[in-house]
Amino acid sequence: MTGPAGEAPLLRIDTLTKTFGGFVALDNINVEIRKGERFGLIGPNGSGKTTLVNCISGALRPNKGAVTFAGEDITSLPANQRSHRGIARSFQLPRPFRSMTVLENLMVALDFAAHGHLFETEAHRRDEAMSILTRIGLAPKALSATSALTQVELRKMELARAMATGPKLLISDEAMAGLSHSEVDEVLDLLLSLGGQDIAIIMIEHIMQAVMRFSERVMCLDAGKVIAVGPPGEVMANPRVQEAYLGT
Amino acid sequence: MQRSSIAFWLGVAIFLIVVLLMTQFIRNEYPFFAGYVILQFVVLSVAWTILGGYAGYVNFGTNAFFGVGVYTSVLLIQAYGAPLGVQILVAAIMGGLLGLGVGLLTLRMRGIFFSIATIAVAIIIETTITNWRFVGGAAGIQLQRPPVMPPFDSYVKMLFFVQALLVVVAIAVARFIQNSRMGRGLQALRDDELAAECTGVPTLRLKLLACMISGALISAGGAPAALYLSFANPDSAFNLNYSVSVLAMSLIGGTAHWIGPVIGAVLLATTQQFLAVTISSEVNVLVLGVMLVLFVVAAPKGIIGLVSRFMGKGGHA
Repeated sequence: MTGPAGEAPLLRIDTLTKTFGGFVALDNINVEIRKGERFGLIGPNGSGKTTLVNCISGALRPNKGAVTFAGEDITSLPANQRSHRGIARSFQLPRPFRSMTVLENLMVALDFAAHGHLFETEAHRRDEAMSILTRIGLAPKALSATSALTQVELRKMELARAMATGPKLLISDEAMAGLSHSEVDEVLDLLLSLGGQDIAIIMIEHIMQAVMRFSERVMCLDAGKVIAVGPPGEVMANPRVQEAYLGT
Repeated sequence: MQRSSIAFWLGVAIFLIVVLLMTQFIRNEYPFFAGYVILQFVVLSVAWTILGGYAGYVNFGTNAFFGVGVYTSVLLIQAYGAPLGVQILVAAIMGGLLGLGVGLLTLRMRGIFFSIATIAVAIIIETTITNWRFVGGAAGIQLQRPPVMPPFDSYVKMLFFVQALLVVVAIAVARFIQNSRMGRGLQALRDDELAAECTGVPTLRLKLLACMISGALISAGGAPAALYLSFANPDSAFNLNYSVSVLAMSLIGGTAHWIGPVIGAVLLATTQQFLAVTISSEVNVLVLGVMLVLFVVAAPKGIIGLVSRFMGKGGHA
């Protein structure tokens, strides 16, 4: 399941297991994601998608297994150091810094980014934040309070903030949930434009059309287990995936 | 930025000159005796806000840090006859170390657990001091004031000036943090700790730093209290009233900006001093409680929240 022969994966997850009390949320997960890959993560509610994201981003520690990023074992690193190494994420329910403006939300990321330069000034960082907002299409809202944003703007703000950390891997956790058709296309186009040679994207999504259009590979989880990985068409045609989604 | 800095330091200079002139021209000692307490509460409230306001971690153990400041002074006077400046400096170091210790033990906990742990620390330290004969034990200890230094003609006036200097230090530190990356990081973790971590903010390190700085300033602010009263006992040095008052002053003033605790402390401490003289020292605790309830209900962002809301509306009109 690795990418082009010989290339080391950007992210490797080995025998990852996470339990909450007696409940097994993730059961022996193995997967590799290569540099610049667009990777779809699907599965019914409660199948462990967000738990997996939490274990990758450092919000949770797994009970067993290892997470390797760019050749380095990061299993026991705190989330902020994973961010500095290039893992960024958005949240299923948006978590803006509510007492700040949109621009300031991005400034947090730039202030604490690992790629910051010694002689960089506040003005430089402000310019950089503005250029990311322009790219995302949020520049007119730069000085708005986050409470004044619409749902789709809030999703975009989270992606912008994640981009401001300078990621190599961007994890989008249901950034399209609850959006209208046109808004879904808008966010999807945005994600497609953000990915590329240097930035791999893991997209968690329930909207199948978006997953199909976006992903180079798709992984389907059910009850904490990987039930299929591969090209989108193949995974969708898999009877176990259909069963997981439609029930028996 | 530059212009506001000039205005700030100009204000500081004027404040210190006025304080110095007061000590030279006002004969009556009482205004300094009362004013010292007000300035002391400004220091404590501003220091408390660095952790309690900027980071949103409510410290109920202000009295622990204050008491450590007082008893560091007592110990230094008893053991070495150390001068006031040394007392304050060592008290700040002790307060910073206590902040580090408390922080390491408790800052991984969120919200209420941290607050409860700070109360426990205060009780443990007070108990230790109460059973330590050398610094007076439960009965307390009488302290001999050294001779006063010129240009001051009384020790209370000198302490008033020293406390004014501490006010300047506390405000300058709080203001620096607020305008720095650390301030933005603390604000981010106060809003949402997980999101802050995932955005690259080293939350634990920032919280520890804030706890140390806050603790160091509170202990420094408490250090001169030993010679202010020429007496120290555990009951008053570790009095829970310090925690309650400082919390009330900061919240009533508003904790998003360093000016908030300054306004809150000046307002409430002045009221308290006034009530203590005119009615009784018990009534001021009641007033504090009532005002805190009123503000929590009607103006949760404190006086600065009220002012900015008012100005915001005025701007649109």
